[in-house]
Amino acid sequence: MNTAQYKTWDEFTEGIWRQNPVFVMVLGMCPVLAVSVSAVNALSMGLATMFVLVCSCGLVSLLRRMVPKEVRIAVYIVIIATFVTAVDYAIQAISLALYDALGAFIQLIVVNCIILGRAEAHASKNPPLPAMLNAAGMGIGFAVGLFALGAVREILGAGTLFGITLFGASFQPWVIMVLPPGGFFVLGAWLLFFAWLERRKLRRAAPTTEAGQHV
Amino acid sequence: MTSAPIEIRSAPHVQSAKTVETIMRNVVYSLLPICAFYVFQYGISALASIAVVTGACLLTERFFVRTGTQAGRLSDYSAVITGLLLALTLPPGFPLWMGAVAGIVAIALGKALFGGIGFNVFNPALIGRAFVQAAFPTAIATYTPSFLPGRFTEFIPSTLAWPLMIPADATAWLKAKNLDALAGATPLAKWKFDGVLVNADELLTSLSGNMAVGPSPLLILLCGAYLASRRYMDWRIPLAVLGSAALTAWLLFAFDPARYPNPFFMLFSGGLILGAVYMATDMATSPVTPKGMWVYGALIGLLTVVIRYYSGLPEGVMYAILIANAASPLIEKITQPVPFGRGVLDRVKKRATYPLNPGYISREEASAVTPKKRFLPNKPKK
Repeated sequence: MNTAQYKTWDEFTEGIWRQNPVFVMVLGMCPVLAVSVSAVNALSMGLATMFVLVCSCGLVSLLRRMVPKEVRIAVYIVIIATFVTAVDYAIQAISLALYDALGAFIQLIVVNCIILGRAEAHASKNPPLPAMLNAAGMGIGFAVGLFALGAVREILGAGTLFGITLFGASFQPWVIMVLPPGGFFVLGAWLLFFAWLERRKLRRAAPTTEAGQHV
Repeated sequence: MTSAPIEIRSAPHVQSAKTVETIMRNVVYSLLPICAFYVFQYGISALASIAVVTGACLLTERFFVRTGTQAGRLSDYSAVITGLLLALTLPPGFPLWMGAVAGIVAIALGKALFGGIGFNVFNPALIGRAFVQAAFPTAIATYTPSFLPGRFTEFIPSTLAWPLMIPADATAWLKAKNLDALAGATPLAKWKFDGVLVNADELLTSLSGNMAVGPSPLLILLCGAYLASRRYMDWRIPLAVLGSAALTAWLLFAFDPARYPNPFFMLFSGGLILGAVYMATDMATSPVTPKGMWVYGALIGLLTVVIRYYSGLPEGVMYAILIANAASPLIEKITQPVPFGRGVLDRVKKRATYPLNPGYISREEASAVTPKKRFLPNKPKK
């Protein structure tokens, strides 16, 4: 693998792990907390965002030399809104129940800071292919983050995963998990888990004498 | 001008053998008779509940202390208090696994997250209870009557539910004991949803049979009086809570006796006495200023009665105390005692004498702090 390829690969994986939008950058929390009530909702929201992210970053990157600097944000918003409209109609056509469950959060993808941030920070400075790869990585990271929240909340809040019953009929649902506080609790728990991973990595990298103090 | 040197030190000046550990241990001692009475009321189910909830609290505390993310030690008894109080606020037939969840959440979310003993913003036991109330609203509203025959030999069926599973319905079990479903409702729920009022003297002792009540308010008041007399607890807070609740209830009762129950029913029903004596007085979450304690207690009493009368919930002590906990730093801020020599609204008193006249401080004292000039109406002449 030469350096250019390696860099592209690195930009792709960046959004999935090192700069995960949900667990590391803590961006776009509004849809994360609101629609992660069930795994299906979370995953479809993640996929919708990913589609908009990849397409709009590709277009922004193609137009990067033509867009005047002064009006770039307005142009980005128009591009993003175009794809969001497409996703909005597509979800309505595929499943009206899902569309009702996601509510206003599909339209609100337009103002999702991850997408505008990627367009501004990466797509407007890079050629289309790396820009789309980077956007795809971010999109996957966002979808994974949403799914991690949605799965835990659905398992505890309803005893099911993707609508499949896991624990039998007499499972006691934890009502709080499908309520808004549950979203905060689960997000907090995941952030705690990743912070712990990070600290453990640092401790392993440090000399053994320092690691010995933490026993 | 020469005088004997005065040593200037920062507070605290008075030393005493009273440590956090002593105070907490004495609170545990005073809780033991209450727990014993609770077990006498509800039998082995209550005993198992107390043991499991306290055990969950202690294990969680041990985990966080060991991983070094929380101040304090396991031997400071604070987790025992949290566990005992939490168990006393849960229904006696509360499933043991839910009790364990409540205990873990109480310590992890209510205490360890803020940094351990003394750093918590909210009362940990009430955090645990609020969590399970939101998570398992049916189970926490299911009470069983006290003094059932055979309570020392068999468990309440809901106690032994499998982890993560719905507890067994107690209706059939109660029917076998010739009791109707209404016997399982707390006096507050009976009043709120069925309009049945229980006499206040029955509530005070909790001794008349087949009532779904907690430990006797009289006993709790006695144990609280012991704590207050040994100065392990400030008497102002319980007095302010009960006084303000009684006053609010009495005003409403005087306004419309047909609609509102008498103030004594309000005082002795539910968890008001337990909350006022043991939960509102948590040192870390209540104001330290004497004036602030009165404000804080009055806020709890008022909110309790308002929640009981005007909300969908029959009981309001828990949320009242949690709201007042959140307000307590603010209350502390507005009730700061006025420094000596200052008048109302921070203005300097005209004729105040200030004890630390620089003339009295020996010149050798290099670190001696000279008071600000505005405290000194008459400047000492050189």
